[in-house]
Amino acid sequence: MTVEHARPTARIEISARPPHAPSRTILRHSGLVFGVVTVSLALLIALFPGFATPQDPLAQDIGNRLLPPVWAAGGSPRWLLGTDQLGRDILSRLLYGSRVSLTVGFWSVLIGGPVGLLLGLVAGYRGGMVDILVMRLVDLHLAFPFVLLAMAMIAILGPGLWNMVLVFAVTSWMLYARTVRSSVLALREREFVQGALALGASGSRIVLRHILPNVVNSLLVLLSFDLARIILAESALSFLGLGVPPPTPSWGGMLSEGREYIEDAWWIAAFPGLAIMLVTVGVSFLGDGLRDLLDPRFEPLNDTTRGGDVGTSRA
Amino acid sequence: MRNAYLRQIMQASIVLLNVSIVVFVLVRVVPGDPARLMLGMEATDEAVRAARTQFGFDRPFYVQYAQFIGGALRGDLGQSVRFRRPVGDLLRETFPATVELALAATLIALALAVPAGIYAAVHRGGLLDRALMAGTLIGQAMPIFWLGIMLITLFSVRLGWLPTSGRGSLAQLVMPSVTLSTYVMALLARLTRSNMLDVLREHYVRTARAKGLREIVIVHKHALMSAALPIITVLGLQVGALLSGAVVTETVFNWPGIGTLALRAIQQRDYPVVQGVVLVSAALFVLINGTVDVAYRYLDPRIRLT
Repeated sequence: MTVEHARPTARIEISARPPHAPSRTILRHSGLVFGVVTVSLALLIALFPGFATPQDPLAQDIGNRLLPPVWAAGGSPRWLLGTDQLGRDILSRLLYGSRVSLTVGFWSVLIGGPVGLLLGLVAGYRGGMVDILVMRLVDLHLAFPFVLLAMAMIAILGPGLWNMVLVFAVTSWMLYARTVRSSVLALREREFVQGALALGASGSRIVLRHILPNVVNSLLVLLSFDLARIILAESALSFLGLGVPPPTPSWGGMLSEGREYIEDAWWIAAFPGLAIMLVTVGVSFLGDGLRDLLDPRFEPLNDTTRGGDVGTSRA
Repeated sequence: MRNAYLRQIMQASIVLLNVSIVVFVLVRVVPGDPARLMLGMEATDEAVRAARTQFGFDRPFYVQYAQFIGGALRGDLGQSVRFRRPVGDLLRETFPATVELALAATLIALALAVPAGIYAAVHRGGLLDRALMAGTLIGQAMPIFWLGIMLITLFSVRLGWLPTSGRGSLAQLVMPSVTLSTYVMALLARLTRSNMLDVLREHYVRTARAKGLREIVIVHKHALMSAALPIITVLGLQVGALLSGAVVTETVFNWPGIGTLALRAIQQRDYPVVQGVVLVSAALFVLINGTVDVAYRYLDPRIRLT
């Protein structure tokens, strides 16, 4: 099956920035600014949730359960976004819940990225067994409904934060490797690489000095899009009860608990969903902005690659 | 031409073979005794021994795999541990529900996304174009289970218009299929828009304009025809996403499909069922994309020549 070339791969092209590129200051990219601000805020909160949280996210207060947000009738400024079925403060749980999503998202990408980069470089430059292996795995990866695969793996490994990181890292590097590989294949034929070869540069020097700098940008863009995908997938796994076990707050888990109370308390389920959306949109903007910034040849309005990797399954 | 088909069938078989190996290994790398894990800690030693023999865990790996693959080829996917019934029967009962849901979602997505994408491309930069693009961005960033729950809150709890869950009537299909369609809809709208933008710049479109064809004919007859091809491919590739999304959607709406079956099987460590669901889903994906490739060759003469 020719999934590989039938698939409209994201048009993230390798590009050497023209020497006299128009000055593209970061501030001209309002989307990128929005993305950077959202993601750094989310990261800060995830790293130091204690600073921002008004209350202990685990403290139960049965007397004040199912209280609505402050602006609704019966709400109190003590619980800005209301309380859940055990009287826990939703805002505090929301802030602490960012930890799970961002830890899983960032670590998966931080582990999967370098592995994909390395194997993609080897597969693209050397070919041979590594190439065959990578491409077979990519085919395989594409044939699995991703959430089902992740579910099956979690069922075997058991639920938990680091098991989720493992599952996402193990299942995502192939896509990175494939993108890097196809960039390398194109770069290898370019004149500056051929020139270096003719001058007698060694293989490792060519890869490190001439090819690597040209694939890193497109990989970064791909990784930032994939971060959004992983955060969404993590929330789906947590929602299905395969994520971090309670009482640790996670956005997907909060949503799943809130689902049972939607008749009386819509806010328990509503806010975690909004949080997921905000972070995912922020990450997508970051990816979009990075692409515009790092790849000046790309036409911003012709957005074939928006929304990241077209063929990737997600929740 | 025939060679191309043969090669395609070969490749599809290799993928499926690898899928079967992964599924098989996945279930058997469990630390500890799989029979014990399946039955739980409270099971008697005899029961565990019996299960070990019944599922063949006491035989060498290659024998187990040969049995697994031999059975799968004959349509026998083994016995469910919890339901005490053949996995094939369970899949046959739940699969139609998932296919129904996925098809309804695809139709909704196509019916809304393609016209929206065309409109956005033709009126590029306009207010509606920008609103649509913002909408698709949110559509792709939204967890679909959240959307499902919010739809239930609004249409079932508040307004009482639609039933919250179950399958059978058309009213019960509405919310799950809309929920499942959002992601694909957003993706297709973006894709249609950008493809139309590309195509509208082509020379033959300019020629059509130059010879005085009406814009509506140009857009719908000339441009859409070639913009439609990538849409088919992407739809094929979204089968995996649809199945993944179906797992979540089915959970939200208690839709009795393979997603619900898979989740329950996973929670109860019913490995034969997990194996069956993953294997059949992967086979479906490979089959559909093989068909898409063939259809593509048929629809696009340029590819047929190569």
